[in-house]
Order: sequence, then C-alpha cells, then structure tokens
Amino acid sequence: MSPRLSALGVVLAVLMAAAIAAEVADRPVVTTTETLPAQHPVVRNSHPAPRVQAGVTDHAGRPATIACSTCHAVRTPNPANHAGTDLDQFHQGLQFQHGGSTCLSCHDPGNYDNLRLADGRKVAFENSIELCSQCHGPQRRDYDHGAHGGMNGYWDLTRGGRHRNTCIDCHDPHVPKYQSAFPMPHPRDRFQIPTGATHE
Amino acid sequence: MSDLTRRTVLKAAGATLGATAFAAAIAPLTQWKPAESVDEFLRKHYKELAPDELDAICRRVEAEAKTSRGIDVHVAAPQPIPGVQYGYALNLSICVGCRRCAEACHTENNHDRPSHNSYIRVFELDNGSIDLATGDATYEHPVPAKGKYYMPVQCHHCANAPCTKVCPVEATWKEQDGIVVVDYNWCIGCRYCEAACPYHARRFNWKKPEIPNDEINPDQGYLSNRVRPQGVMEKCTFCLHRTREGKLPACLEACPTGARVFGNLADPDSELRWVLANKRVFILKEDLGTKPTFFYFFDK
Repeated sequence: MSPRLSALGVVLAVLMAAAIAAEVADRPVVTTTETLPAQHPVVRNSHPAPRVQAGVTDHAGRPATIACSTCHAVRTPNPANHAGTDLDQFHQGLQFQHGGSTCLSCHDPGNYDNLRLADGRKVAFENSIELCSQCHGPQRRDYDHGAHGGMNGYWDLTRGGRHRNTCIDCHDPHVPKYQSAFPMPHPRDRFQIPTGATHE
Repeated sequence: MSDLTRRTVLKAAGATLGATAFAAAIAPLTQWKPAESVDEFLRKHYKELAPDELDAICRRVEAEAKTSRGIDVHVAAPQPIPGVQYGYALNLSICVGCRRCAEACHTENNHDRPSHNSYIRVFELDNGSIDLATGDATYEHPVPAKGKYYMPVQCHHCANAPCTKVCPVEATWKEQDGIVVVDYNWCIGCRYCEAACPYHARRFNWKKPEIPNDEINPDQGYLSNRVRPQGVMEKCTFCLHRTREGKLPACLEACPTGARVFGNLADPDSELRWVLANKRVFILKEDLGTKPTFFYFFDK
C-alpha cells in the first residue's frame, strides 16, 4: 500500500468517525430541545385526623385535645355498629345516612387514628379520598379529570398552580348527600321579573 | 312727527321675541361639557390600535376613574394567548342552582348593584323538560329542589356569532382565542346585538352602573370588567382579564360542586376535551347553527 493511499484511508476513517460522532451527538440534542414547560402543582385539600376536645386546658392555657385512639385503645370494636343509636356511650347523637356501611367499613378497628380500605390497607385521614374512591369510582374518575369538585387557581398550569377541594369539603362522610341551601339573590333585569308580577 | 310706524314696531318686537326664544333654546348648550376627550373622539378602532395607542387609552380610562370617582384602578388589555381556543362545559347533573356563579360574576365584573346584574341567568326547570320558556330564573327557595334541575345560561361565545354580524359599527367582534368582546367606547347602544342573541346573553346599561367605590374590583380589563358607561351593551367575556393570564374564570371558582369545566379546546390533553370526548354533551339551540364554544353535559 502506498503512503498516499494509506493517508487517504486515514482521512476517510477520520471523516466517517466524525460523521458517526456527529450523528450520535445529534440524537440527545433533539430530545433536550423538547423541554416541556414546568407544571405548577395541583394541591388537594387535606384534613388531618379529628381530635376530641378534652374539656381542660394544658399548661400553656390551650384547650387540650385527645386522639381517637386514646379511648378506642381500651374498647373492643363491635363490627355490628352502624349508627349513633347503636352505642351506649359517646357519638350517640351522630347522624348516619350512608348506605349500608357500618363504622368499621371505613374506620380501622386496629388503630382509630387511621382509616382502613376494604382490603385491610391503612389510609391516613389526609388521604380519605382513596377510601371514598373504593365505592365512588365514577366520581373519582371525574375528579381526576377536573370535572367534579370545586377548585380555584389557574386553568393553565404552566402559569400557576391550582387548589382543589377533597370529597369531605362538600360531603359529610356520615351524611354524604349534598345539603340543600338557600340560593344567592337573583339578578333583576327585565327578563327576571318574578312570575306572576304585573306591569305597574 | 316721528317715523315710528306700526310696521317698524312690529318688526322690532318680532326680532326681540325671536332672539329671546333662540337664546332660551340654546341655553342648555352653555351647560354642555364634552363627555369624552378630543383624543377619545378622534381615536382609531380597537383592532387598528398600535400597542402604545392601546396603552394610552387604558391609562386614560384609569385617569377617568381617578377624576370621576377618586379611586385607583388598574386597566389592562391582555391579548389572546397563541394556540388557545377557550371553551366551557357545564355539568347539569351536579349543578345545584345555588347561583354563586351569578353572584361571583356580579362582584368580579363591576356590575350595577341596584339591579344586581350578572352575565349568568340560572333557570330552574322540571326534570325531563328542556323548554326554557317554562324555566324560572327568579326562584327563591332552598336548592336543589325536588324534581327540578338547574341550567345556568351565559354567553356561548359562538363560532358563528349572530350578535357580531348585526353590529352596524363593528363595536363587537370575536377575538383570536374565541372570546366575543365589546368595545364600550365604540358601542352606539342600538341593541341590535341584544336582539340577535338567541341566548339572551347580552345586557344593556340603561343607566350608569351604580357601585360603591369600596366595592369596585380594581383589577380591570379594557374589554371586560372596567366600569361601563351608560347606554352601551355588555356581556360575559369569560373573564378575559383573568383567563388570558392563565387563571380560571370567577364563576368557576365560585362553583361549589365543580359543575363548571373551563379550558383550552385546542389542547387535546385538556380537561375540557376529556369531558367533550367522554360525557353526554349537548348544545343549547344547536339547530340555530351558532356553533357555541359553551357546552352542557350530563354524568349519566
């Protein structure tokens, strides 16, 4: 092989290597230019486990509260209870109209500071939406698609975040039917003269 | 002998009487003050304004609020966001008729307080009926009432909007993002658009809106919620002073049940598009061919 030919070979090899390197280098460049705009968070309301007023104040003068488990740890759970009227102590005035559920359909007999799914997994009170979703799947589906439950903030999450209600902001878990209320005053334009009114 | 003839006396008396009558007739003109500045009178149509000219007009509206009411307001003219087509869907299955949307519109958009004006009218209808003529928009009892459902009606921001076509002075038009707007300073108050709208979505300012200074929303849009003058049309603007900044409209934020879904029709991943693809959707008065960007839907 002449020196000229081998020199040509080296040049060709270098060019091919450069071309391959350029192609390889090109690939990640394409993906890095496709950066999605950052999304602001959607924050869901969360409600911690309720605490019971003890009726006394602590050393700092604050009203003392106790956890559910304080009393329930020493009581035997009764799976048959499904309303306040079934009880001989406490919670007797509790209204309950929620299908055929019992207390232990949602509350965890192992630890009353938690909730419990039907399959036995524990759920924190803050994530009660997971518990509701076991039975109310269509509502959860709509919620996840922004078509159920009040919200405020931004429609465009690239510009700002959003704050969303959770189930129990509107539905009392013990009496979940949406409560009726008096409406806000109506506008009084000329199409909205109350029915039955006559011209003056 | 004087040459004061009967003819001269009568002429003088007639002239005096005429001059007096003329003076009396034009007397109101001495009280006249121009309702608008020369700049405002000579300005160009909104669509022909350069950004600095539009900015100057916004500052003028702010200055007018300062001189007439003594309050500081901020008037902006946010422009359509490229690639955004606004749409709205309302879930009739979960609307409870609480009228909080109408109330939020009332306060957000600086509506006349005595008439309690709002761009939203909520009809109470019998289950199974869709005849708006039987709807009651003045119900006064706890809601939701048994056997009833509720249908809020507001501007449908039609793609084929009849209201914009009848305007003789092009004071109302459809913007790039689909929002139908009114330039209150260009409107002559003929009310043709009110007659053309099949949804009764437009309102006329029969008198100057009355709002206490401390209740005025100071975050205003030139084409939306600034305080309107007397004698012009107004309508829902999808709260463009909010939505063009990416925020949700005031009526949606006020809705306690989440019956309202707002978003970008051009974004296939938007919540609105999910509703349109997966729910039972209907268009009010679809047969009229107005092609609304406002939809109603049911859960079941």
